[in-house]
Amino acid sequence: MEGFLAHLAESTAWMAWTWQTGLFFVALAMTLTLMIGLAAARPEAPRVGVLHFPTTRGDRLFLSLLGAAFIHLGWIALVGGDDLAWASGLSVVWAVAVFRWV
Amino acid sequence: MIKSVDNRAWFLVLPVFALVAFNAIVPLMTVVNYSFQDSFGNNQFFWNGLGWYQELLDPSSELGGRFFAALGRSAAFSLGILAIEVPLGILVALCMPRDGAQLAIGLVIMALPLLVPWNVVGTIWLLYTRPDIGLFGWLINAVGIDFNATKNAAQAWFVLIAMDVWHWTSLVALLCFAGLKSIPDAYYQAARIDGASRLAIFRYIELPKLGRVLMIGVLLRFMDSFMIYTEPFVVTGGGPGNSTTVLSIDLVKIALGQFDLGKAAAMSIVYTLIVLTVCWVFYTVLVTRDSQTVERPEVPS
Repeated sequence: MEGFLAHLAESTAWMAWTWQTGLFFVALAMTLTLMIGLAAARPEAPRVGVLHFPTTRGDRLFLSLLGAAFIHLGWIALVGGDDLAWASGLSVVWAVAVFRWV
Repeated sequence: MIKSVDNRAWFLVLPVFALVAFNAIVPLMTVVNYSFQDSFGNNQFFWNGLGWYQELLDPSSELGGRFFAALGRSAAFSLGILAIEVPLGILVALCMPRDGAQLAIGLVIMALPLLVPWNVVGTIWLLYTRPDIGLFGWLINAVGIDFNATKNAAQAWFVLIAMDVWHWTSLVALLCFAGLKSIPDAYYQAARIDGASRLAIFRYIELPKLGRVLMIGVLLRFMDSFMIYTEPFVVTGGGPGNSTTVLSIDLVKIALGQFDLGKAAAMSIVYTLIVLTVCWVFYTVLVTRDSQTVERPEVPS
């Protein structure tokens, strides 16, 4: 076991994992797993929102995440990268808005 | 009211997902990891936080200046070739023979450039436009115009755009031709009875029918040209100076030339996000158009 872990760490060293990015991807994977479970357990009907075309939960999650990425990048570009909590807060507001109205 | 969909069949996609994990998801995760760190090789990495992103998104920094300039060049290239290839493709499709042996010959000739590999296209045009031995370059110089794409930025751009138009207009034309073929003859007969002009036939019969294939054509050509690497690499190498250094060429220069994995990774992430957004918009428009034509609400009688 010890040897296996050492081997694993050595052979994935090129991936340069950090706990921060690890946490991000674990959270992302858990969100996707949750959505998959939800889609299987409670099938939903696509809904037409402010964009005038039908969207599913998955579409809305995609839009939320994509928007969150651009909000963070925009915040870094316009305000600076020192206080990203505001950008994260804005992203949550954006995500809630997308799930509510899109 | 739209019916809910049973999504369980999607679990059958899992084997493909596992395959994609190895050739796309794992590398992409690695790029995200790199974008927050600095490396001097030998798998040693140092945490840099948002440093690369701050530099990348600040146009006054060296990296940011490069990034925005390259982004502008990529966008200009894509818009330039679209502005030529789409109208030209439609025009070619309208002029193609409708049937018989002429059609078969036309289709084969049209398909030829599409079959040539990217690096070969680059080499062909590199030789073709050389001022000393190239047919085009020599001829242009012979009539008295000073032409050397390795020295003049505008001429380098002309060569790149001409090359892409030569390579890919056929694709737009073939897509449009397929769209035109799907128009029933009755439409044209009705137009003839009404005495419609050629322009009116195009505007009200052909163009609406071409909308969908044009959308696919624009999507394919935008994505391909926005991510183009091989042809500019072979023909101009990004030069003269940096005048044809599009995003992908700059990315490779930073990642492999300077071995700045962190900078290149941050740039890749932003690049990917832009491509992803544009793809999503096109995809959504395509799918929405489809569902609107298929699920048109029935008029109550």
